Order: sequence, then structure tokens, then C-alpha cells
Amino acid sequence: MKITVCIGSSCHVKGSKSVVDTFKKLIEENNIADKVELGGTFCLGNCRDGVCLDIDGKIFSVTPQSAEEFFISEVLSKAI
Amino acid sequence: MRKFDTKVQHLKYQVLREVAKEAWDDTLLENFLDIPKIIVPGDEPTMRCCVNKERAILSERVKMAMGGTRENPNNIEVLPMACDKCPASGYEVVADSCRNCLAHSCEDSCKFGAVYFDHDHRAHIDKDKCKNCGQCAQNCSFSAIVKRERPCMKACKVKAISAEGGKSASIDNSKCIQCGACVYKCPFGAITDKSYILNVIDMLKKSNDGKSRVYAVVAPAIYSQFKHAKLGQVVSGLKALGFHTVVEAALGGDMVALKESRELAEKGFLTTSCCPAFVAYIKSQVPDMLPYVSHNFSPMVEMAKFIKETDKDARVVFIGPCTAKKGEAKLEKSKPHIDEVLTFEELQALFDSREIELEKLDEDCLDNASYYGRIFARSGGVSEAAAQALKEQGIDFEAKPLVCNGIEECMKALLVASKKLKAGQMPEYNFIEGMACLGGCINGAGCLTHSEVKNKMEVDKYGKEAMEKSIKDAVNAVMV
Repeated sequence: MKITVCIGSSCHVKGSKSVVDTFKKLIEENNIADKVELGGTFCLGNCRDGVCLDIDGKIFSVTPQSAEEFFISEVLSKAI
Repeated sequence: MRKFDTKVQHLKYQVLREVAKEAWDDTLLENFLDIPKIIVPGDEPTMRCCVNKERAILSERVKMAMGGTRENPNNIEVLPMACDKCPASGYEVVADSCRNCLAHSCEDSCKFGAVYFDHDHRAHIDKDKCKNCGQCAQNCSFSAIVKRERPCMKACKVKAISAEGGKSASIDNSKCIQCGACVYKCPFGAITDKSYILNVIDMLKKSNDGKSRVYAVVAPAIYSQFKHAKLGQVVSGLKALGFHTVVEAALGGDMVALKESRELAEKGFLTTSCCPAFVAYIKSQVPDMLPYVSHNFSPMVEMAKFIKETDKDARVVFIGPCTAKKGEAKLEKSKPHIDEVLTFEELQALFDSREIELEKLDEDCLDNASYYGRIFARSGGVSEAAAQALKEQGIDFEAKPLVCNGIEECMKALLVASKKLKAGQMPEYNFIEGMACLGGCINGAGCLTHSEVKNKMEVDKYGKEAMEKSIKDAVNAVMV
């Protein structure tokens, strides 16, 4: 599974760094680094609804607050 | 007109805008010969002796807007027909102003015996003896002695322009550092920078199929430009042109600051490498200093390289105040990363070719870099950033910068440093910050408006608005 988090200006201001940190922490805690590839990109074309991320071609919106819950439902359940 | 400092810039802009309009419509090849007539439509001349000459020169400008002379590697070119062959005879006595006085302070002040008098006691200067020191002019009580100097040659501190035998200006490519000082200073617009807007339009059009994405990397000096709109509106305008997104070159500046400060601590003596005109000067005139030039990329290339690592289908266009960047982009080491370079002047023409009114757009966001990356745009900024980067990385090394503001200061510093280092002595500084333009990039030739002081205040303000307060935080935020 490939997750690309937007690190461009709009998403950066809305907390992309915090989202990335949450994801990194959860990937490590769940020991799924071999199953989930995390990357960054400068724009996913949906700046109004940042923080944007792309999972295998599908665009999602998260916030630093919803990042953990999102990871559990959208990533963890599918990656394991 | 309010968008530019000079009427020459405005004329260049009109040509660029018309060329761009035709290019968007795919009609350039049919219509480029008609562009001079669009700009000068009537039968009466508006600038020169006759309307035919105006149009002939405009045809040359159209050629420059379409990339200029292919076989000339220099991005700065003379338009011989536009050159007014200004007098370049050095110090001369203005006959009407010389009062034929008794004091003859001009003669007394001349150490070379170059001042003589005719039977009316009127002063003259013997060109063979005159060394152009200017003492006579300074000492004349009637300001009767003037220096006849071509504005291009006066602007060119590296002495790359000559005008032998009263001919049109000519540029020695081996000396030219492509800083563009002559471009901005020629009152006839007879020296100009080649434009690659057609390549950019082509890239933007091709990206419509979704197979590539064109990124605009904008120089931090942009904050002092396009003052008829807000920066966020400029970002929206770029996206309206078809750019996929806009990224701050200043973030590349943050990345460079971390690397360059480490290199400084390792080597013990370094010169900056972010100003391509400064680096070009070292290459051609002070090659002894080449080993001391930072091996890091400039913020422009560093940022472009990073973007391409995150998106393999990315095309990167740098947009800034600099004509020398056009040359840097063509260097073998930059080529894989940077696809094209535009100046702010050219960007304004692009906006208007698509009738994009920045003032009416919503404000988008541009905020990745730190204060330190952003102040690379003004003199002293790189030194400040390097010192901060050493501190943030916990490197125990004291940077002792010598800030060289403008190519003249750079030339002096390089000469002294090269002599000392050759003699095995360490200068009292260990970091030469070189900026070819006075004030730094904020006063670059490709700016819409030029002001060393006002633009510095603007860039400092922009720096302070950055969300990230440290260099490391700004860089870490994009290292996924």
C-alpha cells in the first residue's frame, strides 16, 4: 500500500507534518513498514480540503486530530 | 504602466505579452511578423525617428521574446539596431559651461597634465593623457566637465561591454556574468535577456493531458513584486495559468543552509554558490577560488531536485528576479532538475496574455519555508541563515561572514581572499557571501520594480510571516 501525504503549502499549514508523524508512529507501532510505503508530494489538487493524502490512487482528507482514527480504519484494517 | 519602473520594461513586456497570446492560440508562426504593427499601429513614430525603424527594432524584440539567437550561448544579447551608440568619450569640457576662469582648478587638480587651454582661456582635455580619474570634474566650480559614458558600460562592473570606435555595444561572452545590470540600465532597451516563455507555454499545454505536471518554484523576492495584488493571489494566478502547484525556492534555501553550513565547518573556508552571476565571475576571472565555492546546489536547483524526487512526472519552472538563472539552468549539473526559467517581468506578461487579473482572484497559500530560507533574497541573508543552521545542528564552528553586496564588493573580496589563501594566510573571515546585484536578488534585473531598501523591508516582513520558525522544522516537515 502506498500512502502519499501532501506536504505543499496549504496542507503544510493545516498540519501535514503532524499527520505524517502520526502515520510514522502507527506504522512503527504496528510493525507494518514492509506493507505500507509512506511518501510526500507537493500537491494533490484538493487544497481546500487539506490535509490531503493519496492511497493507491484514491484521494482522502484528514486533519491532525482525525489522523489516528483514519489510519486505523483506512490503513491498518487493509494493510494487515 | 504602474507595474514597471521604466518605459523600456513596459515595451519589452508588451512584446512578450503579444508573443505569449499568439503562442497560447497556436497562431504565433502565422502572426509573429504582425506583432510590431500591433504595438505601433499608427503612421506616426512614438519612440524613434520613423515608424519603420520602430517596427524593425520591435521585430528584433519579438525574436528575443521567442528565444533570441540560438547560436549565441549568452542569454543577454545586444540589439544593434536599437543601440543609440551613446557617447563614450570620457571626460569632456562642456563649452558653454566653461567660464574661462582664472583659477584653472581643473588644470591644477590633474596629475597627468591632460588639461590645456585655447587662446580664449577655455579648458580642453587631451584624451591621450587623460586617465579618467575625474579630479578635474570634481574641482571645477561650474560643473563644466562631464563624463561621457555609456549607461550599459557604467552598469557593467565586470567590464564585459565595449563600444570600440563609437560602434554599437558589444558583449564579451567570456566576461559576461549574465547579471542583467545592462539590461535594466540601457535607456534604449538595446540590451535584453532572451525569453523562454514559449517553452513554458508549451510545457503548460502539454501538461493538460495529465501525463506531466508543471511546478512553479518561486524566488522569495516575489514578495516585493506584484504589489498590485496579494502574494496569495499571485499563487492563484500561477495555478490559473496551468501550473500544477507553487513551491517556495526559499524551502530549497533552508535545505541549502543546512548543507552549506556543514560544508563550511568541514572545509573551514567557503564562498556561497546561490548567486549564479557571482559563481560565473569566479569561474572566468578568479579560478583560483573555485575550490572554495560551495559544492551545494543553489536553492532553485535544490528545490527542483527535491520536487522531482517526489514526482517523477514533474517539470519545474523557476520564476524569479534573475537573468543569470537562465544561464545556471543550462549548466549540465542543473539541467536534469530545472526545466525552464522565467523572470517576474515575463510572468506579468504571461498573466496578461491570459487576461488573468490577479486582484480579482481568491488568495491561495504559500508557506513552507522558514524566515531564514526566505531572507536568502537579500544581501546578508545567506550569512544569517548559515550561522543559524550551524546553531540548529549543534555544530561548534563560528562562521565569520564577509557580506559582499553587489559584484564590485565581490570582486574586491575575491581578489584579496585569493591572494591571502595563495600565500597560505587565512583571511579574517571564513565565509564569503556573494551577491552580484546590489541589495541581493530583491534588486535583480528581472524584477518589475527595483528598490534596494523597500524590497528588503518587504522580504524581511515575508520572512517573519513564515509558519516555521527554524530551518530544521521547515526542512523536516517535507522529509516524509
